[in-house]
Amino acid sequence: MATRLQFENSCDVGVFSKLTNAYCLAAIGGSENFYSTFESELADVIPVVKTSIAGTRIIGRLCAGNKNGLLVPHNTTDQELQHLRNSLPDQVVVRRIEEKLSALGNCIACNDHVALTHTDLDKETEEIIADVLGVEVFRQTIAGNILVGSYCAFSNRGGLVHPHTSIEDLDELSTLLQVPLVAGTINRGSEVIAAGMTVNDWTAFCGSDTTATELSVIESVFKLREAQPSAIVDEMRKSLIDTCV
Amino acid sequence: MASDMFVVPQTRGTVLCCKCGISMAPNPANMCVTCLRSEVDITEGLRKHVTIMHCPDCDSYLQPPRTWIKAQLESKELLTFCVKRLETDLKKVRLVNAEFIWTEPHSKRIKVKLKVQKEVLNGAILEQSYVVEYVQQDNMCDSCTRYQANPDQWVASVQLRQRVSHRRTFFYLEQLILKHDAAAHAIKIKQMDQGIDFFFSNRSHAVKFVEFLGKVAPTKSRHDKQLVSHDPKSNSYNYKYTFSVEISPICREDLICLPPKVATSLGNLGPLVICTKVTNNITLLDPFTLRQCFLDTDQYWRHSFKSLLGSRQLVEYDVFNIEVVSPEYNLGGSKYVMADAEVARVSDYGKLFYIRTHLGHILKPGDRALGYDLYGANNNDIELDKYRGLVLPEAILIKKSYEEKRQKKRGKPRPWKLKSLDMELDESKGRANEQKLDTEYEEFLRDLEENPELRFNLSLYRNKDYQPSEMVSVSDGDDLPSVPLEELLADLELSEQEDGEDSMRE
Repeated sequence: MATRLQFENSCDVGVFSKLTNAYCLAAIGGSENFYSTFESELADVIPVVKTSIAGTRIIGRLCAGNKNGLLVPHNTTDQELQHLRNSLPDQVVVRRIEEKLSALGNCIACNDHVALTHTDLDKETEEIIADVLGVEVFRQTIAGNILVGSYCAFSNRGGLVHPHTSIEDLDELSTLLQVPLVAGTINRGSEVIAAGMTVNDWTAFCGSDTTATELSVIESVFKLREAQPSAIVDEMRKSLIDTCV
Repeated sequence: MASDMFVVPQTRGTVLCCKCGISMAPNPANMCVTCLRSEVDITEGLRKHVTIMHCPDCDSYLQPPRTWIKAQLESKELLTFCVKRLETDLKKVRLVNAEFIWTEPHSKRIKVKLKVQKEVLNGAILEQSYVVEYVQQDNMCDSCTRYQANPDQWVASVQLRQRVSHRRTFFYLEQLILKHDAAAHAIKIKQMDQGIDFFFSNRSHAVKFVEFLGKVAPTKSRHDKQLVSHDPKSNSYNYKYTFSVEISPICREDLICLPPKVATSLGNLGPLVICTKVTNNITLLDPFTLRQCFLDTDQYWRHSFKSLLGSRQLVEYDVFNIEVVSPEYNLGGSKYVMADAEVARVSDYGKLFYIRTHLGHILKPGDRALGYDLYGANNNDIELDKYRGLVLPEAILIKKSYEEKRQKKRGKPRPWKLKSLDMELDESKGRANEQKLDTEYEEFLRDLEENPELRFNLSLYRNKDYQPSEMVSVSDGDDLPSVPLEELLADLELSEQEDGEDSMRE
């Protein structure tokens, strides 16, 4: 199910949040609306953590992660790092990496199995990504743009890329990622996909400017219509049995 | 770029329009054109109704603050004018195309469809066409108002005069003016005694005309102005300007006795000279030494002199004998050969003259020539008296006469003709004057036939009415000089079209 929301009147929700299958990070806003929307959707299933990175609110673009781990840039403060380690589930490895390109969210796009990275990323960083996130790393460009983390958003079910991506590129990426991909837009024709939305396997959050057409495209490519969070199904079963007795 | 690098061909995919969801090629706004158009109106803020002033008399439109532009309905000029009126608007957008939409001519509405382009949203360029309606308001322009008030009113006049008794110069000048279109702006041309008056509505047109005259004839001019009205509040004055232009009385084929000062300044040119060519320089030829000299306009007017004998005083001579004395001289394109000739006046065969002439190259025994009869002439010239001890030759031959051959062709039309200026004739003179003018004009036409260099500056037109004669004429040794057909221009049909074009040039 895709939800439309705003962060303090800005439609760029992908900038201020990070959503994975195991946790969700939200930025600290003036009002609690943003956080509460996430909470209402996800509270039962995964932890929703309010944080800042390097003292900023643009956490979605600074960190990259999946259910296995979270990578934060070198300028994250120690307190923030500690807060993240405390709040996130134990199986999620939080690691601070020394990398010249510190906007990891813009440079790395990943799901639980594959990651696409900026072409100029360090070899070391690549190894760390493969290690911490448990993914296969590919250096790629999307429609000629090197900031792969900004111009595409993909989950384990599907992916949305920059609208100018050619058909050949789409085929190539699709083979690499092993998920169906579609070229489309977000937030009323904006090409910066990852800035306008954040997605995991069963839910997506988009900016409020997203038109119905775009929303339908997102729901179809990420297969959100029939999606049920796997964790919640198990929990429900347990509680059902409880009440029966 | 390495040509052996394998480049994957890139095909553009399609995305869905973010508003309506139809499949389209991606563009910077990622919206299909219809959705984009519904979102943004690039013609917002552009004027759709404009008022323009039109003068019904001269069919021209006002370009503020003062210029009136003549244009026909649905013409290129009108389109340029309409687009120019929208200049401020069109600075915000880029104009791609403009065209007229037909409106009823009496509706006083002009509709123009403009296609404009503008950048919207994030870099997408949108193209849209819209219609601008021009309401035409009738308002007479200044020149038409002035003309209505007094059709004869002129602002500047040029009075062209030459103090001689014939009008040859004016016939020639008329043709020159026609060729160069110098009198295009004249509102009236009037023929006067010993000259022509030109009237203009603008001082600068008159000045331009006077300058043109200065280039083609040796002239002296002066100008004056007369106050017509005066507005003390805005300190503006309306004047009538008059230019008086006088052409020197020296004409072609005149016999001149140079004043001693001029003769010495020209290098002791024999006091008797013949004028061979008049443009803004006067060419003088000494027939006895075959020396040619040029007098500038300024030089002439500094020490002006009159001619001794003019072309009216030419007398026919019969040539009995020619003896070539010198080799052929080539003076500025014309050839002369000195010869001794035995001649007698046709009117008086009794008296034979042995004279020296410069026409040895064309005269043969038995020819007729025209020349000045100095033996019989009664000269009353101050300059001549200044020369003591000057022996005057008895006759000076000027040119060959084709009179006999012309007799045969009398009455037959020429294969060419000339155009004429629209002149108001002087009514006051009588019938005799008219006849004199006709003979002078006929002589002028003959002059043109005989002299190719005179024809050089003029336009001659083919005479449609001319039929070459059927009988094979028994031609004598030398034919009448005539204008070769190649020099003739096909006559332009004086139709409405030409008039229209002429008036447009104003």
